[in-house]
Amino acid sequence: MEILLGGILLGGTYALIAMGLQLQYGVARIMNLANGEVLVAGSFGALWLFTGAQINPILAIVLLAPAAYILNYFIYLIFLRPLVRRAKSEGQLEVDSILSTFGISFIFIGLLHAIFGGEYFNYEYLEIPFEIFGQAYGVNRIIAFVGAAILAALLYIWLTHTRSGLRLRAVSVTPSSARLVGIDVERTSAMAFALGGAVTAAGGSLISMFDTFDASIGVVFTMKALIIVILGGVKEIRGTIVAAFILGFAETAVATLIDPGLTLAAAFLLFILVLLFRPQGLFGRQSS
Amino acid sequence: MKTFLNSKKLMLSVAAAAFTAVGVFGGDAAAQQTIKMGMSAPKTGPLAGGATVTHWPNVKLWVHDVNSRGGLKLKNGRAKVEVIEYDDRTNPGEAIKNINRLATQDKVDFILAPFGTGFNLATAPIFNKLGYPQLAVSAITDKIPTLTKRYDNIFFMLGSTSTFTGSVVKILKKMRSDGKIGNRVAMVNVADAFGIELAAAARPVFKEAGFEIVYDKSYPLGAKDLSPIVKGAKASNPDAFVAWSYPPDTFALTAQARINKLDVKAYYTAVATPFPSFKGKFKDAAEGILGAGGINPDTPELKAYFKRHKEVTGKDADYWASAVTYASFEVLGQAIEGVGSIDRKAVTEYIKQHEFKTVIGPVKFVNQNSERFWTVGQWQGNKFYGVSSEGRPGARPVIDKPDWK
Repeated sequence: MEILLGGILLGGTYALIAMGLQLQYGVARIMNLANGEVLVAGSFGALWLFTGAQINPILAIVLLAPAAYILNYFIYLIFLRPLVRRAKSEGQLEVDSILSTFGISFIFIGLLHAIFGGEYFNYEYLEIPFEIFGQAYGVNRIIAFVGAAILAALLYIWLTHTRSGLRLRAVSVTPSSARLVGIDVERTSAMAFALGGAVTAAGGSLISMFDTFDASIGVVFTMKALIIVILGGVKEIRGTIVAAFILGFAETAVATLIDPGLTLAAAFLLFILVLLFRPQGLFGRQSS
Repeated sequence: MKTFLNSKKLMLSVAAAAFTAVGVFGGDAAAQQTIKMGMSAPKTGPLAGGATVTHWPNVKLWVHDVNSRGGLKLKNGRAKVEVIEYDDRTNPGEAIKNINRLATQDKVDFILAPFGTGFNLATAPIFNKLGYPQLAVSAITDKIPTLTKRYDNIFFMLGSTSTFTGSVVKILKKMRSDGKIGNRVAMVNVADAFGIELAAAARPVFKEAGFEIVYDKSYPLGAKDLSPIVKGAKASNPDAFVAWSYPPDTFALTAQARINKLDVKAYYTAVATPFPSFKGKFKDAAEGILGAGGINPDTPELKAYFKRHKEVTGKDADYWASAVTYASFEVLGQAIEGVGSIDRKAVTEYIKQHEFKTVIGPVKFVNQNSERFWTVGQWQGNKFYGVSSEGRPGARPVIDKPDWK
């Protein structure tokens, strides 16, 4: 039970980290290495709003997500669209976007460092125990999980039940055919990228409730997100969410039953197994 | 990399994006003679958070202090201090390159030691080769005798791994003989060089002292969820909890310990426990928490130092290595004044021969190692007081950690 609950909470955190990247990589085809920095920027935004204006991190999302949406939209237009237009193949776009977003991640780190300085930041919000089946869990972690669940549900319903969501999925599956049925692929990609940024920043805001972060910690999140997205299958948001929870369970189970020192090893073992036996990811379809 | 690092101008333009070089501050009177100090430490990367609290503000403060009294007194008049700073991005290779560059291209007169044990060890050969004295502060290792024998220009100020773990055990022993705690110790460590070395050093000492290590686990650096570890430690029913931890996990473990009500009379976390932000986050719950370092913040010198630190840098100093870092700069400055020139060889000799008056009290190197340092501190009220030291007076008695509220 302890493992189940711990795993669910950690899985929620991982889902928050990875869902945004899935939209950016799966739909907009940008392997965004600056994703973790956007998350950290979200954390800093939440910290700033909380300490400066007593706005709690949950409400802060209302401000942070649209801001991140706009910011990421412009990042896409200015820095990434030229690469998309130039790219002759998906592979080339991948290489170009990795290089470009790697650079953008440094700009983010530099800006965050210049604005907030280099120390560790954290703040105290709802760090009170809540007992479930005799074990205590932080209320802030539970809220982050609920936030992740709501975000995931919204994204899933939107993708599967609305026209614009359908467009996104069409672009995700085959951009070239999507164009044939009258979908503006460029605009849809830009939207997916911006939306991914907004989701990531929202995740950053929720995670900041219980995490200690600094200006250059983003890469840790990027790596985790990458593993989860690839684990789940690049083109499926469902896969990402499921993968996040599987990873959460696996790590908590290993930490509780075997040794906390082996959680990283367990995560990578899972990753390698999936790459070996289901290279398209848990939910990915065999590429034609 | 090398080619575009060659011209300083180009470097600075690159810096905006890559954040490699950060700039020059200090001397305002250009006509006056200046002493150029080089500095390479992390501004980004995993160690940046610690360096921003402990290291960088003291560089700024010391330069401010020296220049506001007119500079360092040399034989041929006063010289203001100017600092050239580079970011090593928490990358040892980068640190070595920076030191080399400071010596050969910026031609600085002295180089302040880098931040972190690994970084001081990694750059020791290059400091030695270039002939610059290296006053290592944030470097805790058992290799001090070997290193000082090999390099005649390196100095240590913060103690060794075994005195560090030894004094934690000593405190627990005292608490046990006072009947406050029993024999059961839960020990965890971050799975990286620092944590592994300390845990390995602590295990035999605990056993020798008759303690039973009832929980002994590590966790990876950057782990996002430390609740299983705290739950595991709690299930082992310990009398004392000891964590050889790094800043982010020091915070995360303590948050989880509070949530899970891991009530022990002795609770120890290592790095970052003496940070003002630790008190800032945990407020009254920090009371009685033991941590690495400590200091006697109530001496007049340190009181003045803490005040000045806040005024000049806008930040609070930590209760451990901050003041020692500042003291290391004072030692260097006094040695330069003692010699009266920037003769690096003579300055190194001077540091070996003399005793220095600093904010942390007198500093004298024996075999290039300052044998007076603090090892364990404890949050008592609003300050983190040293409760165990080697050769420094003013240690406070340890209090029992109250239960989490």
